[in-house]
Amino acid sequence: MAEKYDAIVVGSGISGGWAAKELTEKGLKVLMLERGRDVKHVTDYPAATKRVWEFPHRGRLTNPMKERHPVQKRDYPYNEFTPDFWVDDLDCPYTEVKRFDWYRGFHVGGKSLMWGRQSYRWSPWDFESNLQDGHGVDWPIRYEDLAPWYDYVEQFAGISGSLESLPQLPDGKFLPPMELNIVEKDVAARIKAKYEHRRMIIGRVANLTVPHNGRGSCQYRNLCSRGCQFGAYFSTQSATLPAAVATGNLTLRPFSIVTEVVYDKDKKRAKGVRIIDAETNQTIEYEAKIVFLCASTLASTFILLNSIESGSLPDGLGNTSGQLGRNLMDHHFRCGANGEVEGFEDKIPYGRRANGFYIPRFRNFFGDKREYLRGFGYQGGASRQGWQREVAELSLGAELKEFLQEPGKWNIGMTGFGEMLPYQDNRVTLDKNKKDKWGQYVLSIDCELKENEKKMRIDMINDAAEMLEASGVKNVKTWDGVSYPGMAIHEMGTARMGKDPKTSVLNKWNQMHDVKNVFVTDGSCMASAACQNPSLTYMALTARAADFAVEALKKGDL
Amino acid sequence: MHRRELLQRTSLLIGGTLLGADSLLAKNISWDAMEADDIPAKGIGLFTKQQIKVLSEIAEAIIPTTDTPGAKAAKVGQFMAVIVSDCYEPVDQSRFMEGLAKLDDGSKKRHGKAFLKCNSKLRMDYLLELDSEQKAFQKSKKTEEPSHYFRVIKDLVLWGYFTSEIGATQALRFLEYPGKYTTVDYKKGERNWGGY
Repeated sequence: MAEKYDAIVVGSGISGGWAAKELTEKGLKVLMLERGRDVKHVTDYPAATKRVWEFPHRGRLTNPMKERHPVQKRDYPYNEFTPDFWVDDLDCPYTEVKRFDWYRGFHVGGKSLMWGRQSYRWSPWDFESNLQDGHGVDWPIRYEDLAPWYDYVEQFAGISGSLESLPQLPDGKFLPPMELNIVEKDVAARIKAKYEHRRMIIGRVANLTVPHNGRGSCQYRNLCSRGCQFGAYFSTQSATLPAAVATGNLTLRPFSIVTEVVYDKDKKRAKGVRIIDAETNQTIEYEAKIVFLCASTLASTFILLNSIESGSLPDGLGNTSGQLGRNLMDHHFRCGANGEVEGFEDKIPYGRRANGFYIPRFRNFFGDKREYLRGFGYQGGASRQGWQREVAELSLGAELKEFLQEPGKWNIGMTGFGEMLPYQDNRVTLDKNKKDKWGQYVLSIDCELKENEKKMRIDMINDAAEMLEASGVKNVKTWDGVSYPGMAIHEMGTARMGKDPKTSVLNKWNQMHDVKNVFVTDGSCMASAACQNPSLTYMALTARAADFAVEALKKGDL
Repeated sequence: MHRRELLQRTSLLIGGTLLGADSLLAKNISWDAMEADDIPAKGIGLFTKQQIKVLSEIAEAIIPTTDTPGAKAAKVGQFMAVIVSDCYEPVDQSRFMEGLAKLDDGSKKRHGKAFLKCNSKLRMDYLLELDSEQKAFQKSKKTEEPSHYFRVIKDLVLWGYFTSEIGATQALRFLEYPGKYTTVDYKKGERNWGGY
């Protein structure tokens, strides 16, 4: 006999943590399954209290680390500080039809431990964009549907930010904002004076600027991705998991790789899930009234595509629309401009702010019309140069040393984060020719940036340079670091929400059109990508879906 | 734990005299004695003890002891050996070792002596020449072309020193738990923040 629960939550990251919290607090007995190891709050953050010189390679990857992490090593998040927070690529391969950088963390807390914490609401316009330009399918919800849930999750998670009354970036229930530094304030004032619809504001970030819900406030070390012993940024461990545990209704099972949703084809319902124990390789089934898939965008879609064992679902579970796996999106970024700021030499930042400035989207809004659709925002910061700076005029010795002991000039830079359209042929499928360490098929990813994104990048670069130059910044240089899908770690889509079961996988409650007791609330549900960092929206959608699911259970609808 | 005391202490050191190169060279006499016991006899990774000594001397020439300890005290030579051995791709390891051999050959050609046999003045003259060479090379090289070996060494020295405990807490000001972020006044001569 399979163990029975009221609900199963697959995944323990940002979405899974929220699902577990909401469902347990509403009285359900919940099993949360996590494919990786357990990570205990504080005690399992070995890097959090170490100084840079206590790492033998000062953060740099060693050759053995690179050998087992051919994908994770492609960008900075995988480093010597927190190697255990990133997946072993050789154990868990995937197929890249085109280059797609897939960053994964297999442990309790998932990417909530390493995330960038930038937390922005979508605007009413973002939910209408698909309808207006005909790309993708129309969202089945509008901003008004989600606004109370943004309020709800912001107040629990603790998002710091400033109130700005911008129509393209709605204000939220914020903790006090962090500070722009003196140079950023100066540039922000100049941008505001010159451009009617452009604003440079302090980033909205899931770091506590004051103690909140029993958690400590940010110490401004900017070491968040190592785990925080003060619980000062939102993570599963610091926020949602303790709340779920406190109800007495949660069972957390690490090392549980969910391979399938078990489907009862007579009742057209999920019976539960099948897992492989990652340590013993044992196959186990668990049953529940409802299943919440929160395994991350591509992992949730993998589970659905892989739910084929009964033979009656050749295209995967809940895929009568044929849309499962399609419309994969990310943000494209890594381009912008930077320059030197003259003056302010009698000022220096104090502390290390785990945040920067933000410039909300202004293109294709307010009557502006470009050669591409949608738009982009910027993230950036100003600081004084450190010892890494180029010194042309000095060579070696005491003079060089003393020079580098002092701060250099102020610099300011920004990088764009652009919206990627949903394309049918940017998709994932099961690769049945390759298996992972546990004998499971792997995903094949076929995704690329297209013309709309490429045209947008020209503006992302030029607008950044123009704003800096208009603000008196000198030596402005543009850059394009080339952006492959996956790099922003904002993968979205592949099980989109929509009004019509023929063209979408999920309804307006993140509920599968085809299988009413399965909910998918991570990034896979997204029908478009907007240009804001998406995690806050997953939180709001998850809390909203959990509320609906529990009400439906009570009414006997599920 | 807050480190305000440390901040206050390092602030007091600021504004001292800038030592000239000559007075520093005078201090360099005891280099060998200082590090003799800090390098394992069997070397580190790909490097012999002798090679690490060379790296240490180069590092100390680039970042000498002033009113704060220099690269040798911060064990930058050993650090470089660890990084090149553990982190560099094989092709970059070979390039680095070739560069080191080239440096010694160059010293023999210029001064008739291996680098370690030269006195501080000769070493410094030679390294200054190499630094000009690397700057000129870096300026004209193609993006995909590898950097000049002395540039690689110099970058490693600066990174190794300023992220060492000595570099981050003595040469720079170390704020372990700043507790806030704001803009404060700065006077020329005050040190930058370390700790990354």
